[in-house]
Amino acid sequence: MQENNNEKAAAYWQYNIKLMLKLLVIWFFVSFVCGILLVDELNQIHIGGYKLGFWFAQQGSMYTFVVLVFYYAKKMAALDRKFGLEE
Amino acid sequence: MELQTLTYIVVGITFATYIGIAFWARAGSTKEFYVAGGGIHPIANGMATAADWMSAASFISMAGLIAFFGYGGSVFLMGWTGGYVLLAMCLAPYLRKYGKFTVPEFIGDRFYSKTARIVAVVCLIVASLTYVIGQMKGIGVAFSRFLEVDYGTGLLTGMGIVFFYAVMGGMKGITYTQIVQYCVLIFAYTIPAVFISLHLTGNPIPQLGLGSTMVGSDTFLLDRLDQVISQLGFSEYTTHARLSTTNMFVYTMSLMIGTAGLPHVIIRFFTVPKVKDARTSAGWALVFITILYTTAPAVAAMARLNLMNTIQPAAGENLAYADRPDWFKKWETTGLLKFEDKNGDGLIQYTADKKTNEMVKVDRDIMVLANPEIAQLPNWVIALVAAGGLAAALSTAAGLLLAIASSISHDLLKGIFKPEITEKNELLASRVAMGGAIAFAGYLGFNPPDFAAGTVALAFGLAASSIFPVLMMGIFSKKVSKEGAIAGMIAGIGVTLLYVFQHKGIMFIASTSFMGDMPANWFFGIEPNAFGAIGAVINFTVAFAVSKVTARPPQHVQDLVEHIRIPSGVGEAQAH
Repeated sequence: MQENNNEKAAAYWQYNIKLMLKLLVIWFFVSFVCGILLVDELNQIHIGGYKLGFWFAQQGSMYTFVVLVFYYAKKMAALDRKFGLEE
Repeated sequence: MELQTLTYIVVGITFATYIGIAFWARAGSTKEFYVAGGGIHPIANGMATAADWMSAASFISMAGLIAFFGYGGSVFLMGWTGGYVLLAMCLAPYLRKYGKFTVPEFIGDRFYSKTARIVAVVCLIVASLTYVIGQMKGIGVAFSRFLEVDYGTGLLTGMGIVFFYAVMGGMKGITYTQIVQYCVLIFAYTIPAVFISLHLTGNPIPQLGLGSTMVGSDTFLLDRLDQVISQLGFSEYTTHARLSTTNMFVYTMSLMIGTAGLPHVIIRFFTVPKVKDARTSAGWALVFITILYTTAPAVAAMARLNLMNTIQPAAGENLAYADRPDWFKKWETTGLLKFEDKNGDGLIQYTADKKTNEMVKVDRDIMVLANPEIAQLPNWVIALVAAGGLAAALSTAAGLLLAIASSISHDLLKGIFKPEITEKNELLASRVAMGGAIAFAGYLGFNPPDFAAGTVALAFGLAASSIFPVLMMGIFSKKVSKEGAIAGMIAGIGVTLLYVFQHKGIMFIASTSFMGDMPANWFFGIEPNAFGAIGAVINFTVAFAVSKVTARPPQHVQDLVEHIRIPSGVGEAQAH
C-alpha cells in the first residue's frame, strides 16, 4: 500500500512538472521573447495605435499571465481529484 | 468645494475605516497576528495580496517612471506581474502545504539547520527594509502634497500613522483593512484614467484608449506622443529601451524572481485554508494587480502628453512662467518641481538638452498625483487620488513590517534565542520590532538612494538573489544540502550587495561608493538595480556545487520534500 502511494505521488509530481514547464515556456515567450528580444521586429506590425512588440511588453504579456495561472489552478485541481490526493 | 477641504474629508473617511477595521479585527493570538488564523477566502486573500503588493511604488511611482522611460519602463510591468506565475506554480502551493508561519522557518526545516534559518532571516530583513525605505519615500511624497508641507514633515507624519496602524492589527487586521484599501486604491487609480482617456481619445477604457486615435484627428495617441517628445530632443516613447536589451532582460528577470521571493507576499499564501486555494488565490491576486498594471501604461503616456501640452501648447509656443497653473505652484512648494529661467525670457522651455532645459527638476514620483490636476479633472477625483496613494503606501508598509516583525520575533527570538518565550511576550516583541523597523526605514527615507520604484527594485534584487533560489531548491531538489543552501544564499546576496554598494555607496550613502555610479563600470552594462538575477544564478551554482561535495540531506528531510509536493494530508498553518 505504501509502495503504491509512493508511485502515485511520483506520477502526480511528474505530471505537475510537465504541466509547469509547458506553461513556463509560454510565460517566457510572451514576456522575454515578444516583449524584449524580438520587440523591434514585432514593432513593425501595428494593432490600432499599438506597435505589437510594445503592446506585448505593456499589455499582452500581463493578460497572458492571468490566463496561465488560472489554467494551472484548474488543471491541478482536476489532477488532485484524479489521483485522489485532494485535501 | 475647496480641494483642500475635500481631500481632508475623503482621506479622513478612508482612514477612519481602516482604523475601525484594524481595531475590530485586532489580533489576540500569535496565529492571528502572523497568518490571520489561516481561514481567509481565496478571492478575499487575492484582493488583500494585491493591496499588499501594490505599494506606493506601483501607485505613485511606476506610471511616472513609464512616463519618462516609455518602452523602457515595461520592465516594471512585466517583472512585477510575471513573478506571480512563478509564485503560483513553483512556490505558493508547496509552502502552503508545509503550513508554518514564516519563510525562514521553512528554510530552517528543509535545510535542517538553525544557521540556514538565521541566514534566511538576515536576507529577509535586508530585502524587506530596503523595500520599506521605498515605501517611506512614497509616503513622504503623498503626505507632503496632501498637507502642503515640505517632504520631511510629510515623511514624519506618514511614519507616525504607519506606526499606529501596523503595530495594532497584525495579519488579521491587515488582511481585512487591505481588502478595503484595494477598493480605494483601484478606484482612485482607474477613475482619473477613464476621465483622461475619454478626454483625449473618446474611449473610456484606458487600455483601449492608449491604442486609439486622438479626439478630432486621425493621429494615434502614441504616434503623437512620439512626435511631440522627439521634437524636443527626448528619445522616442514607444521604442526607447532601458539601456540595452541585455539590461532589460536581466532587470525583468530580477523583478520576476524577486516578486516570487519576497517574504511579505509569500506569507500571504499561508492565510488560505487549502493548497488548492493557494493556487487560485495567486490567480485572483494577479487579476486584481493586472487591472492596475494594464491601466498604468495609459496613465503614463497620457500624463506625459498632457504635461508636454501644458508647457508647450503648440510647437514654438511656450507657457509663460507667470501663467503657470495652480498644480505647478503647489508642487514647487514641495521642492519636487523646480523651474529656473536660464535664458531670462519668462517662458518655460522643457527640452532634453541639459543646457537649455529650464524644468531643472521634475521628480518622476509626482506624475500620478499631479496627473488629474494637469488634466483639470474635478476636485473630488484629485482628493480620491490622494486617498488612493496613501492606501497603497500604508497597506504595503504594514505587510512588510509584519514580515520583518515576524521573522525577528518568531524566527530569531522564539525559534533560536528564547524558545520558552510566552505567546504574549512574542506578540509584544513583534510589535517592538515593527516600531524599530519604522524608525530605521524612516531615517533612510530622508536620504532615499533613488526614486521610490528604483529603491523598491533594489529590494527585489536582494530577494531574487537570496530567498527565491533557496526556496526553489528546497522544493524541487532533494539533493541540496544545508551547506549548499547556506553558501548559496551568502554568495548570492553577497555578490548582489557588493555590486550595488560599489556603485551606489555603502548603505546607499553616495560618497562611499568605491567604483562610482558609472555605466562604464557596469558588468555587461547591467545597472545595479537589475543585478538580482545574476546573484540568483550565482546562488544556484554555488549551492549545487557545494551540495555535490557534502553529505546528502537526511531521510526525514527527503520525506518532508515528498510531503509538501502533494496536497493531501495538509494541516492548518501551525506553530511547532
